[in-house]
Amino acid sequence: MVDQPDIAERRWAYVVAGVVFFVFAVIVYNGVHWAAQPPSNVETIDAGRLHLAGEFVETNLGTEVVPDGSVVVRVIAEQYAFVPACIVVPAETKVVFRVTSPDVVHGFLISGTNVNSMVVPGFIAEVRTRFDRPGDHLMPCQEYCSVGHQGMWARVKVLDPVEFARSYSGQQRASCAG
Amino acid sequence: MQGSSRLVLAHFWAAFAVFAVMIPLGAWQMLVRSPLHRWIDPELYYRAVTAHGTSLAYIFPTLVAMGFGYAVCAVSLGRPMHGSRLAWVSFWLVIGGAAIAITTVAAGKATVLYTFYPPLLGSPFYYLGVLIAVIGSWVWVGLMVSHFRLWKRDYPDLPVPLAMFATTAGALLWAWTSLGVGAEIVFLILPNAFGWTDTIDPGLARLLFSWTLHAIVYFWLIPSYIGFYVLLPQAAGGRLYSDKMGRIAFLQLLIFSMPIGIHHLFADPQIGAGFKFLHAVFTGMVAVPTLLTIFTICASLEIAGRLRGGRGLFGWIAALPWDRPFVLASALSLLMLGIGGASGLINMSYALNSTVHNTQWVTGHFHLIYGGAIVIMYFAIAYELWPRLTGRPLALPKLVRLQLWTWFGGMLIATLPWHLVGVMGQPRRMAYYNYADPALAPQAIWVSISALGGFVLVVSAMLLVGVLIASHSGPSAAIPPLRFSLAINPPRRLPWSLNSLGVWTALMIALTVANYGYPLAQFLFFDSARVPTYSRQAP
Repeated sequence: MVDQPDIAERRWAYVVAGVVFFVFAVIVYNGVHWAAQPPSNVETIDAGRLHLAGEFVETNLGTEVVPDGSVVVRVIAEQYAFVPACIVVPAETKVVFRVTSPDVVHGFLISGTNVNSMVVPGFIAEVRTRFDRPGDHLMPCQEYCSVGHQGMWARVKVLDPVEFARSYSGQQRASCAG
Repeated sequence: MQGSSRLVLAHFWAAFAVFAVMIPLGAWQMLVRSPLHRWIDPELYYRAVTAHGTSLAYIFPTLVAMGFGYAVCAVSLGRPMHGSRLAWVSFWLVIGGAAIAITTVAAGKATVLYTFYPPLLGSPFYYLGVLIAVIGSWVWVGLMVSHFRLWKRDYPDLPVPLAMFATTAGALLWAWTSLGVGAEIVFLILPNAFGWTDTIDPGLARLLFSWTLHAIVYFWLIPSYIGFYVLLPQAAGGRLYSDKMGRIAFLQLLIFSMPIGIHHLFADPQIGAGFKFLHAVFTGMVAVPTLLTIFTICASLEIAGRLRGGRGLFGWIAALPWDRPFVLASALSLLMLGIGGASGLINMSYALNSTVHNTQWVTGHFHLIYGGAIVIMYFAIAYELWPRLTGRPLALPKLVRLQLWTWFGGMLIATLPWHLVGVMGQPRRMAYYNYADPALAPQAIWVSISALGGFVLVVSAMLLVGVLIASHSGPSAAIPPLRFSLAINPPRRLPWSLNSLGVWTALMIALTVANYGYPLAQFLFFDSARVPTYSRQAP
């Protein structure tokens, strides 16, 4: 073995190529099969005028049921709270989160799910997901946003679709905060 | 050591002085955010995180890389260094910059974390301090490149020694990758910190930071890998399996470390999916030099073990001289590299990353890889160099082994539960958590165990400093000069491609431009991506 280093090295090079190729294959399979893509919509918005007009004015925040039956949740992440601070969504339904920031960089993740995105002021972060079953989740800010960061937690309440329709369908923009 | 001993010692002592202060500070952070401690003023916590990160990411590894670079230059080229006055200027720039930055942080004027996070804004002195330290390190880059070129000019037919080849590759990588954070400070942050402008482009700032953020890890790693190639085979009593494979590995580190930084931005809204995927692919490629290194190192160790009488499939492992610090540290390093590499696979996976992004998993991961696998080799390098630098034998060999084992054990106790609470959904970088909340209560026990690991690491750090002081003040003795390991077949001539760095540096730059060009250029066309800055202090 010691007198034939080239053969041993070549064999190892094949092993390395195989390992790397396998990793790529798993990544591509997961990305395609589960439609698992990181949030990448590259959509800008004027962070200084969010409160004045457009999609993120206060009356438009919270959960909206759109005509195709799916829901859109619009959230503002700001020092040091999410608005709304308690989000309500139906289970077994397509959910689109649209989140932006008027001040500094924040982030949000929903515990026990793959929902995880940065929130960069000037851009709208969009995450699409689907909750399989009813339950409560925590939604902390996951990026340092100055000295009150540790207090920035929201909650996500996933309801049975029938219960969601009964309790919230009359409201224009639903939330459990208040 | 060719008259460079004082220079090398100064770098290592300064590095370990920073280390000795910042490790207890890190353990304190783990304690106060755990359920073992009451909640504290959160600003103090974030101030401590800023100091810990700034010192241990920018200052400590840079000083080690610089000091070890001078040692490699002297030992492998076998002739006195020139430009030692410049080297001292560079040293004092790093120390001065570090002092300015850390003092500003300690005064509470820049609680922005070492990753800066604009539009958050701290005192300009913090950023200036970091910038001065980085500029100091560029002088070292110039010195390494100049020694490399002069030696090649004097010995055009000989291969550049592997250690010098790798050190120069690491220096070039650092010069190029530090431009990202340099540009962020000079063009985006400082004009705001001085009050000349009052808006900033946070998406662009994050992109520029990612330019630095990943390849900096390979700048930290390269001294450790050089140790694997040129110090370990000798310490184990054998020979390096392949000199050429070492060069190929270092060249791959040079070109693949740069075009991958956007994997830190997988969850960012300002980068499109295509470039995220491209960077994920290149991140996979950067595993190749590590896998090649593991093969070469294990093969070199097997040679040593068999030369020492080891037989059978695994008998050579038992025959290795495990009492020698460098051999022990290398094995512990490879174990941590294996576990940390596995957790890194999750981070680099384009889609799977969202299960762990910005959770404690990530902090667990980089503490294990950097603080564990890389830094334990810094200790081993110091133990190997110390007798040659001080002219005194290494004191307290039993404590040396205890120090390495406690660092390994402490790091695993600290980082494995750290990973686990990340998977449980705990976000990183919070001053405290409400463990009374039923949803967080299951994490409490793991966070407490992790905090205990932090204190094992403090004990280990103190042992390290104690051993180095004791060795430095012991009786003098005749110490054989340091020699780097020879390969089984030392190359007499090499193809130019394995003996020069110019073309490879050009390739590194080209790949960076290809992978960063469009993501950077897109910011020219966004009309509303600039936002006001946010400072806690009145300007």
